[in-house]
Amino acid sequence: MKTFRKGGIHPPEYKLTAGRPIVGVPVPSEIRIMLSQCIGTPSRPVVKAGDHVVAGQMIAEAGGFVGAPLHSPVCGTVKKLEPTRTPQGIWQDSIVIVPDETQEDAIQATPRDEDEIMALSPEEIVAIVGEAGIVGLGGATFPTRVKLSVPKGKKARTVIINGAECEPCLTCDDALMRTEAQAIVKGAFLIMKATGAPEGIIGIEENKPEAIAAMEAAAKTVPAISVCKLKKKYPQGGEKQLIYALTGRIVPAGTLPIETGCIVDNVATAFAVYDAVRNRRPLTERIVTVTGPGLSNPGNFLVKNGTPLSALIDFAGGLPEEAGKIIAGGPMMGRAVSTLDSTATKGLSGLVVVPADMAERKPSGPCIRCARCVSACPMGLEPYLLMLQAENRVWDDMSAHGVMNCLECGCCSYICPASRPLLDYIKLGKQELRKKK
Amino acid sequence: MNRLTISISPHIHTSTTIDRCMWNVVIAMLPALAVAIWTFGMPALMVTAISVAACLLTEWAVTRFMLHRPCTLANGSALITGILLAFNLPSILPWWMVIIGAVVAIGIGKMSFGGLGCNIWNPALVGRVFLLVSFPAAMTTWPDGVPSAFDGTTGASTHASTGATLLTHLNSSEAVPSLADYDLLDMVFGHMNGSLGEVGGIAILIGLAYLLLTKTVTWHIPVSMLGSAALFSWALGGNPLLDLFAGGLLLGAVFMATDYVTSPMTRKGQLLYGFMIGFITIIIRRYGAYPEGVSFAILLMNSFVPLINRYFRPAVFGEKERRAMA
Repeated sequence: MKTFRKGGIHPPEYKLTAGRPIVGVPVPSEIRIMLSQCIGTPSRPVVKAGDHVVAGQMIAEAGGFVGAPLHSPVCGTVKKLEPTRTPQGIWQDSIVIVPDETQEDAIQATPRDEDEIMALSPEEIVAIVGEAGIVGLGGATFPTRVKLSVPKGKKARTVIINGAECEPCLTCDDALMRTEAQAIVKGAFLIMKATGAPEGIIGIEENKPEAIAAMEAAAKTVPAISVCKLKKKYPQGGEKQLIYALTGRIVPAGTLPIETGCIVDNVATAFAVYDAVRNRRPLTERIVTVTGPGLSNPGNFLVKNGTPLSALIDFAGGLPEEAGKIIAGGPMMGRAVSTLDSTATKGLSGLVVVPADMAERKPSGPCIRCARCVSACPMGLEPYLLMLQAENRVWDDMSAHGVMNCLECGCCSYICPASRPLLDYIKLGKQELRKKK
Repeated sequence: MNRLTISISPHIHTSTTIDRCMWNVVIAMLPALAVAIWTFGMPALMVTAISVAACLLTEWAVTRFMLHRPCTLANGSALITGILLAFNLPSILPWWMVIIGAVVAIGIGKMSFGGLGCNIWNPALVGRVFLLVSFPAAMTTWPDGVPSAFDGTTGASTHASTGATLLTHLNSSEAVPSLADYDLLDMVFGHMNGSLGEVGGIAILIGLAYLLLTKTVTWHIPVSMLGSAALFSWALGGNPLLDLFAGGLLLGAVFMATDYVTSPMTRKGQLLYGFMIGFITIIIRRYGAYPEGVSFAILLMNSFVPLINRYFRPAVFGEKERRAMA
């Protein structure tokens, strides 16, 4: 079975919601759509207070080349444009919409039939993806339109669909693969068509047998697409790790996957591409895993963009008494949530409610130079040394030791027997180096 | 409303802590300790107890009165140094020498550098070598009544107190003895003379197996060190098995060269480090002024660890490909 070679760890899975169906969360009484939902420039609103919008209507246009438009997930009235707090507690601009009592007057677009889809040119597919506001749904939220526009002089050889889902706790991709395998394969095919890549590989970790079976069955219809079972190892879903595991190609340091002819997209992104092309539906909802040992009804929820995080937690059974931390995303790379007033965005893959006894870090001890961080780093860095350099504020030395290659997977901090905050210091170093540039 | 903790990712952490690693080492040393007590009797237990007590006391005193830091005894590292130091001593060493060794090991070998994680040399070996050069006679005087593994299995025929262990013979200019003169089984099961911890070959290997199974250490250092010692023993006309089981080679390879703090950070570096220790050990055994060379070899290579770390860095993923592009 394939996997990446350098580094990696085996954290416990905690996949409490594996096998659970996808359940829709009811439309909340108010939704707040953040204007900054992708890596790149925030979107520019094209509606004003008092406007009535229908589901699927564009309410904000892309803010720049690296940007994506936003669409209303519901029919309703724009109440106001005002700042809302991000999960990290920072005030950012948002559009507040009060949904209508009845949600029937949604745009009833006729789906494109097979012939129409086959007749689409690569440029048309890229344009549809761009207009649908699709961004990388694995968490990085890079605009998919940009990713699918292969730069001049480069050639796409392989489309990789990322179904590794190596993060503990999360099962949203698993749930999607189990239920929408056909659509994901068709989405993968559309991405291949848009980029001109002749082959597609769907990589899934071995701990999702149902998803693998479903995807294999679906992929049978398209000979150019294969499903590859991957060994369970974190961070298998890291872009460069996945490319190496599936193709043996190594992305040169400091460059993008297209250098090796690879385009990597998450399964949810592939699904969104299919949904946009076939059903003419923009990206307004996604699957979010809401999980935690204290929740009475954890699950994989279909969540409308802008739904308050508190509504998601309530739907999962309410915030338990012993909750000590909430993570937006997975426990390895997710960010701690400071306020549940914040709302769901395109990049939100999960909400993990952590019990109080696991919420706080253990006190850190001295580095005993056990070399576990060096062995665990999938990028071949020396985290112990980088932390030392950051403590001594020698930023250029960190740069010389390749700190900018760090993908912030957290293997070093996870594995450190002294609980040293290695990644904290590495992030600090990267930030300082970016500032200097 | 719950009070929510905010912290940077990752939000989960391995259950393997420093304390767990250290206690694994302590557990791994127990079989060798048992063999030592079986071979040398109560004096072995006494030396170990004194060494451990003195090490713990020294660390406590230094953290309390000189560094003004919280007590660090619970992490088990001083306990390991205490047992390891005892493993490197003859069972009949006077008690006050044991204490001097312990104070030097912890006080100078470890705490003077800033405590756990900061020292350059293996503390237990610093203590042992200090004793060896200060009290050379006492440090090479072995108890009567224990077979030296040299004169066959009768044991009583040795006048062992003059310091005859196998290695004394191997190091002498006389003809190198052949395997027929030794009972290898005795050596493997600890029925021979020497320092406390080095006599039970099989017990040490059990300890190694435990360390490998619990992933406390990796195979790189022990295997490269023992492999290179066997290689050079053979190349210089010796018997590799004798060299492996005689003296402190196994003890050093399993418990001392693998010390996290004083060994290299990368696999390649660890392989070189182990290889060089094996090489230097055999050179000292054959040509040096001392019959045994493991301690010196390890301390010598400890000194090279910063240099090894500098030149044996891990390869950054994609760096070679980046260079090829440019």
